[in-house]
Amino acid sequence: MKRALVIDDEPLARMVVLEYLQQFTDQIEVLQECNDGFEGLKAIQQHQPDLIFLDVQMPKINGFEMLELVEQAPSVIFTTAFDEYAIKAFEAHAVDYLLKPFSKDRFNKAIEKYLAQSPAPAQQTKKTEELLDAVASSPAQHERIVVKTGTKVKIIPVQDVQYLQADDDYVSVFTQEGSYLKNKTMNFFEQMLDPRYFVRVHRSYIIAIQQITRIDPYEKDSHLAILKSGAKIPVSKSGYVKLKGVLGI
Amino acid sequence: MVTPQLSPSKLYSLFVACGLIWAGLLTYIVHSFGFIWYIALTDGIVNSILLAAACWLINNNLRYYQPGKGSYMNLLMWCLVLAGICTAGFRGIIPYLSSSQAYMNFIANSLTIRFCTNFLAIGWMAMISMLWYSQLDHKETEKRRSEAEKLARDAELYNLRQQLQPHFLFNSLNSINALIGFKPDEARRMIHQLSDFLRGTLKKDDQLLVPLSDELQHLNLYLDIEKVRFGHRLDTEISCDKHCGEALLPSMLLQPLVENAIKFGLYDTTEKVTVSIRGEIDGNNLVVMVQNPYDPQTSRPKGTGFGLRGVQRRLYLLFARNDLMETHQNDNIFTTIIKIPQVI
Repeated sequence: MKRALVIDDEPLARMVVLEYLQQFTDQIEVLQECNDGFEGLKAIQQHQPDLIFLDVQMPKINGFEMLELVEQAPSVIFTTAFDEYAIKAFEAHAVDYLLKPFSKDRFNKAIEKYLAQSPAPAQQTKKTEELLDAVASSPAQHERIVVKTGTKVKIIPVQDVQYLQADDDYVSVFTQEGSYLKNKTMNFFEQMLDPRYFVRVHRSYIIAIQQITRIDPYEKDSHLAILKSGAKIPVSKSGYVKLKGVLGI
Repeated sequence: MVTPQLSPSKLYSLFVACGLIWAGLLTYIVHSFGFIWYIALTDGIVNSILLAAACWLINNNLRYYQPGKGSYMNLLMWCLVLAGICTAGFRGIIPYLSSSQAYMNFIANSLTIRFCTNFLAIGWMAMISMLWYSQLDHKETEKRRSEAEKLARDAELYNLRQQLQPHFLFNSLNSINALIGFKPDEARRMIHQLSDFLRGTLKKDDQLLVPLSDELQHLNLYLDIEKVRFGHRLDTEISCDKHCGEALLPSMLLQPLVENAIKFGLYDTTEKVTVSIRGEIDGNNLVVMVQNPYDPQTSRPKGTGFGLRGVQRRLYLLFARNDLMETHQNDNIFTTIIKIPQVI
């Protein structure tokens, strides 16, 4: 028996999924319906489901942002009405998706496909992660970073970000209010953030160029960027070249 | 006639080649009258250079100034004058280069025929230039027109796409799909609402002024559909007294404002949302206020989306004023106010 969640902000849209699922009652059990990404996140942590039906456009945090915060992503069948960019990403990464309104036949196909391949959920998770990386570079995702602090979700507008620092498997996002950990790589952020405003000055650092007050020489071949907050960020040789390029000096 | 495919550099060399042939021909003719090669060559070269200058002048003139239908006489006069100058110039220059008496006599006798050939050559050049440039002009106009047409088509396409709002449309269809199963009557009602809304959107003419009450009726269709989609989360308050229901405003002006309010209201918060629309008459203006809750923590501070900018642009184009729309943000409420001057 597979355990599933339906996450969509429109009650009627959830109803369609539930109705179509009736045919599969002996294989899939719906544990809960969720109204938005926050509820979804909580329910995923609580139930550790095998499968989620996930709408992309939802209030506060969208489906992709919600998935970024999940530690062990379950298999996902995306449901969306219209989002050219997301559809391209789904196709590129062979993640199953349903375009609203979808037919019973199409829905059954998705379920059958899921049931057939579900012995290998690890592969599914990998595909989903690749998808999230691809979506991260979409223009719509440039504007904010969604992080989790304890049980709360915090949405950081990118203009509040001062700098990012690599921290083992995590990245620390520094803002005026403090720092937040996010389970992503530096490469992910380098892709995601607008290169006109953020520069990776070092293997372990990305800084917001608006925050720089001055750049001092430091040891051989390297520099130190002093930020408005007083933080001193090491700048590598190649980072300095990049920085000069962006600043136009 | 010269084919329009010729490149300017080719044309230039053609012009030079013609000049050389002309000079050669003249040299040969003068030589055949029994003058030595030096005299014949001087004659040919001087004459051709003067003629080339005249041709260049008339060609250049025609490039920047296309004579109208009535001013061909002018052009003819120009050719005559240029031919005259050419001939006189030739007559003036030659004595410095040659002092043969026989040759001087020959020139004096041949001035008339020289004037005539010069005139013919310059006239011919003028005619070619005129045809050439008018054709270029024509091509340019054609290109501009097709570009303008393309722009208009693109704009139309963009508008159509905006009006259809794929996201809204597909989600509504999905809701209908859900309702068909267990509430067929409501599904049917929603189909009618959606059809009425779409029909209203498609037939609306942007240029038209419509009464506020009509516009609100159309918006109500939209809001009713959204209420079906979002169930109990969405509430709307519309207030407008009878008097201001008759006030006129450009059609489809409020739609983007309300869409914006819904978008920010519903996607920026997870709680219950009330979108309110209020119409008032203030002096000579119709004032419409649209309010929605929002979250200042997560909303982009640039706030005004494409929809709002479009409204502002339209108001500017219609009334040539930039102060007709304003937005306020306080207490988690986003307010957009537009003023529409009433022309009476």
